Amino acid sequence: MFATLEYSQFQSLWWLICSIVGSLFLFLTFVQGGQTLLYSVARNEVEKSLIINSIGRKWELTYTTLVLFGGALFASFPLFYATSFGGAYWVWMLILFCFIIQAVSYEYRKKTGNFLGARTYEFFLFINGSVSLLLIGTAVATFYSGSNFSLNEYNQVTWQNPLRGVEAAFSPFNLSLGCFLVFMARVLGAMYLTNNIDYPELNARTAKAALTNFIISLPFLLYFLVSLLVMDGFAVDPVTGTVFMEANKYLHNLLALPRVMFMLLSGLSLVIFAVFMTSFRQSKKGIWFGGLGTILVGLTVFLLPALNNTAFYPSKYDLQSSLTIHNASSSLYTLTAMTYVALLIPVVLAYVAYVWHAMDSKKLTVAEITGEEAEELY
Amino acid sequence: MIEGIDLSQVNWARAQFALTAMYHWIFVPLTLGLSFLCAFFETFYVKTGKEEWKKLTRFWMALFAVNFAIGVATGLILEFEFGTNWSNYSWMVGDIFGAPLAIEGILAFFLEATFFAVMFFGWDRVSRGFHLFSTWMVAIGSNLSALWILVANGWMQHPVGMAFNPDTARFEMKNFFDVILSPVAISKFCHSTSSGFLLASLFVISISSWFLLKNRHQEMAKRSIIVASVFGLVSSGFVGLTGDEAAYTCARVQPMKLAAFEGLYNGEDSAGLVAMGLLNSTKEAGDGQQPFIVEMKIPGMLSLLANRQPGSFVPGIEDILYGNEEHGIMGIDKKISKGRIAIEQLALYKKAKDNGNKLGAQTAMDGFRENEQYLGFGYLKEAKEAVPPVPLTFYSFHLMVALGSLFPLIFLLFLVLTARNLIESQRWLLGIGLVSFLLGEIAGQAGWVVAEVGRQPWTIQNMLPVTVARTNLTVGAVQTTFLMFLVLFTVLLIAEVRIMLSQISKGPEEV
Ligand code: HDD
Ligand code: HEM
Ligand code: HEM
Repeated sequence: MFATLEYSQFQSLWWLICSIVGSLFLFLTFVQGGQTLLYSVARNEVEKSLIINSIGRKWELTYTTLVLFGGALFASFPLFYATSFGGAYWVWMLILFCFIIQAVSYEYRKKTGNFLGARTYEFFLFINGSVSLLLIGTAVATFYSGSNFSLNEYNQVTWQNPLRGVEAAFSPFNLSLGCFLVFMARVLGAMYLTNNIDYPELNARTAKAALTNFIISLPFLLYFLVSLLVMDGFAVDPVTGTVFMEANKYLHNLLALPRVMFMLLSGLSLVIFAVFMTSFRQSKKGIWFGGLGTILVGLTVFLLPALNNTAFYPSKYDLQSSLTIHNASSSLYTLTAMTYVALLIPVVLAYVAYVWHAMDSKKLTVAEITGEEAEELY
Repeated sequence: MIEGIDLSQVNWARAQFALTAMYHWIFVPLTLGLSFLCAFFETFYVKTGKEEWKKLTRFWMALFAVNFAIGVATGLILEFEFGTNWSNYSWMVGDIFGAPLAIEGILAFFLEATFFAVMFFGWDRVSRGFHLFSTWMVAIGSNLSALWILVANGWMQHPVGMAFNPDTARFEMKNFFDVILSPVAISKFCHSTSSGFLLASLFVISISSWFLLKNRHQEMAKRSIIVASVFGLVSSGFVGLTGDEAAYTCARVQPMKLAAFEGLYNGEDSAGLVAMGLLNSTKEAGDGQQPFIVEMKIPGMLSLLANRQPGSFVPGIEDILYGNEEHGIMGIDKKISKGRIAIEQLALYKKAKDNGNKLGAQTAMDGFRENEQYLGFGYLKEAKEAVPPVPLTFYSFHLMVALGSLFPLIFLLFLVLTARNLIESQRWLLGIGLVSFLLGEIAGQAGWVVAEVGRQPWTIQNMLPVTVARTNLTVGAVQTTFLMFLVLFTVLLIAEVRIMLSQISKGPEEV
C-alpha cells in the first residue's frame, strides 16, 4: 500500500506523526495546568476535590501520550532517542522524576495510611505541573537553539557540558518557551475545569484564571517568537548533508512552508478566541477551541525546525554531529512496518473520544464527590 | 555478593535497571491477574444482578487501583531508561527494538488508560454493560502491553528478523513477523502472563484467608476463594507447561543459560535434572572441582526436558566455554578471535569506503560477512566473561520451580475445602494462604533473575555485550539516579502497602 512512498517521504511522515503526538501531549497538559491551579483557584477542600476529581479522570491520557511520544521517537528516530536521552541525561531524569510522583498522587492523596499526607501529594502534583513543563519546554527549545554534544564515527554520543541538558534552562530563549508552556497549561486547565465542573462559583474563578494566565504567558510567547524569527538557524545542504548556520533560517522556513505558517496563525487566533469566549462570554466550550489552537501551534513548534532542510536536533558544539530527520531515522523497512501500525491511531483516537464523551456528558457536581460512593474517588 | 560488585559505571547502570525492573515487576503481575479477576467478579455481578457481587468487585477493584498507579509510575522509568542508560544500545538496535515499544503504546497503554477511568468513575455514568466491557478492556489492554514488551525482551534473548548494516553500523529490521512471532517471545509472554494470573490468585487467597482468620466477611471471602482458586489452579498448570516450553527454547537459543541454571558444568548424554542441590561455592569453570556439595538428581530428566529426547546430549558450561568437537560446539576463544576479525574488517571497510577504495571495501566486507555472526564475541576480553553468575541463576531457578510445584497444591486444598465448607476450621491452611502471596512474588522475581542474569554478559545474545551497550556517563551520575529511584520507589512502596492494609482492614462494605 505504501510502496510508492520514498524513504525521505517516510521520514517526513514519521516526523509528522511524532509531531502530532507531541502536540496532543501539549493539549493534554491541561491536566498539569489544573494541578498548579489547585492552590490558586480552590478555596476549600470541596473545591479542591472537585478539581482533582475532574482532572484525575484524564491524567492517564496525558501520561500515556507522553509515553507514546517517547516510544514513537524511539521507533522512528532511534539516533535522536539515544542522543538526547543518553546525552541530556539530567534534564530527562528530572522530568521523569516529576512524572513518577504524579502517577501515584491522585490515587494516594485521600487514602488513609498514605504515609506522606495529602498535602505532600498535592505538592507533588504542583511540582509535576510546573517543573516538568518548564523543563520540557526548555528541552524542546533546544530544537532551535542547539545543544552541546558530539557523535563519534559509530554515532555514540558525548555530551560536552557537565550539566547534561540542564544547562539549557539557563538560556532566556529556552526558558521563555518553558515558561510559556507552564502558563499555557494553566490557561487550558482553567478552560477544561470551566467545561467539566458544574459549580458556578468555581466556574467564575476558573474563567478569570484563563484570562490572567493568558496575559502572563504573552510576554514569554512574544519573546520566544521574535527571537525565533531573527535568530540564525541550523541549515542542511540537501546534497552534501553538511550543516551550516543560516541567518533568519526559521523565518525562511516559515515563509517556505505556508501551511505551517497557516497553522501558527490560526492556532494563535483560536487560542485567543477561546480565552475571550471563556472569560467574557461565559462560554464552556473554550477548551475545544483552545485545545485545537494548542495542537496547531504545537505542530508549528515541532515541524519548523525539522522540515525544509533543517537540523532538528542541532549541536552547537559540533555542527556536523547535528541530527536531521534523514540521518537519525530508522530504516525504510521499519518505517514502512510502523506506518501500517500507525493506521490504527485513528481507531485509538475514536474510542478515546467516545469514552470521553460518554464519561463527561454529565458534569461533575458537588453531590457526586460527597455522595455515598465518594470514598473510592480521588 | 556485595564485595563482588565492581563499582564501574556499567555495573551501576545494570544495578539501576535491575532495581527499576524488579520494582516494576512487584506490581505488574498483580495488575495482569487482578484485572482479569475483577472482570470475572463483575461478570458474575452483571449476570446475577446481586449486590454482593458488586460490593465484592468494588473491593478488589479498589486494591487494583492502588497497585495500578505505582505500576505505571515504575514503568515510565523503564521506557526511557533504554535511552538514558543504554544509549549505544538504543542506537544500535532501535531500528528493531523501538517498534514493539511504540506499538505497546498505541495498542495497549491507551486501552488501559482510557477504560481505567470508566472502570473507576463510570459506575453511575455509563450503562452496566459498557462498564463491564471497560473492565474487560483494562484486563485485555494490560495483557497486551505484556505481549509487546515481552516481544522486545524476547528479541534481546534471541535476535531474529534482522541484519547488521555496515554502512550505518547498526542492526536493522528485515522481517517484522519474525520479530513478533519469535518462539522466545511467545513462550515468555505465556509464561509471564500466566505467572501473573497465578500471583493475583494468591493475592486474593491471601487476603481472604486473613478475613477468615479474623472471622470477618466470611461469605465474601469464600466466594473470592472459589473464583481465585479455580483461576489459580488453571494458571498453575499453564505456568508449568509454559515454563517447560521456556526451558526447551532456552536449550536451543541460550544453551549457556540453561547450563547455568542447572549448574551443569560438564555436558553429558542422558543428563539428570537437579531436583535439589547445594553448589560448591569455590567452583569455577575448568578447575576440575565438583560442582555440587550435595545434589539430588532425577536421572535422564534434563535430556528429556531440554531436547524432548531421552538419552540426548546436553552441553555443559565447559563444553560451551572450551568447545566440544564431538558435538560440534565451537569454543568461546575461537568465537572471540572470529569476532575480533569481524570488528577489524568493519573498520577497514569504513576506511576504504571513505577513501573511495571500492575494491578494498569489497574485500573487507567479505571478510566481515564471514565472521559476522561472532561480532559480539569480539568485544569480550576473555572467554570466561561469557559465563553468567552460576549460583544466583541456579538458586533462583530452583526456588521458582519448587514454589511452582507448591502453588497448585495450595489452590487445590483451598478449592476442595471451601467447596465443602470446611475451610474456616483449617487455621493452618489459612496461615499458609496468608503468606502464599509473598511466596508468589518471590517466585516471579526469581524468574526474572534467571532470565536476565542467566544471559549475562549479553544485552543482545551473542551480538552486543552490556559493556558496549552503555551510555557514556560518569559513575556518579548513575549512582545518584540509582539512589534517587531507590529512595523514591521504596517510599512509594511503603505508602502502597500501608494504603492497602488500611483498605483491607476496613474490608468491603457489609451487605
Ligand atoms: C525489554 C527488555 C527487558 C525487560 C522486559 C526486562 N529486562 Fe531486565 N534487563 C534488560 C532488559 C529487559 C536490559 C536493558 O537489557 C538489561 C540491563 C543490562 C542488561 O544486561 O540487561 C537488564 C538487566 C536486568 C538485570 C540485571 C542483570 C545483571 O546485570 O546481572 C536484572 C536482575 C533484570 N534485568 C531483571 C528484570 C526484571 C525483574 C524484569 C521484569 C520486569 C526485567 N528484567 C524485564
Ligand atoms: C523493561 C521493560 C519494560 C518497560 C520499558 C516497561 C514500560 C512500561 C511503562 C512506560 C508503563 C506505564 C504505561 C502507562 O502509561 O500506563 C508500564 C506499565 C505496565 N507494564 Fe511495563 N515495562 C517493562 C516491563 C514489563 C513487563 C515484563 C511486563 C509484563 C509482562 C509489563 C507489563 C506492564 C503492565 C501490565 C503495565 C500497566 C500498569 C501496571 O502495571 O500496573 N511491563 N510499563
Ligand atoms: C513450575 C515450574 C516452572 C518452570 C519449569 C519454569 C521455568 C522457567 C524458565 C526456564 C525460565 C527462563 C526463561 C528464559 O529466560 O528463557 C522462567 C522464567 C520466568 N519464570 Fe518460571 N518456571 C516455573 C514456575 C514459575 C512460577 C511459579 C512463577 C511465578 C509465579 C514463574 C515466573 C517466571 C518469570 C516472571 C520468569 C521471567 C520471564 C520469562 O523469562 O518468561 N515461573 N521460568
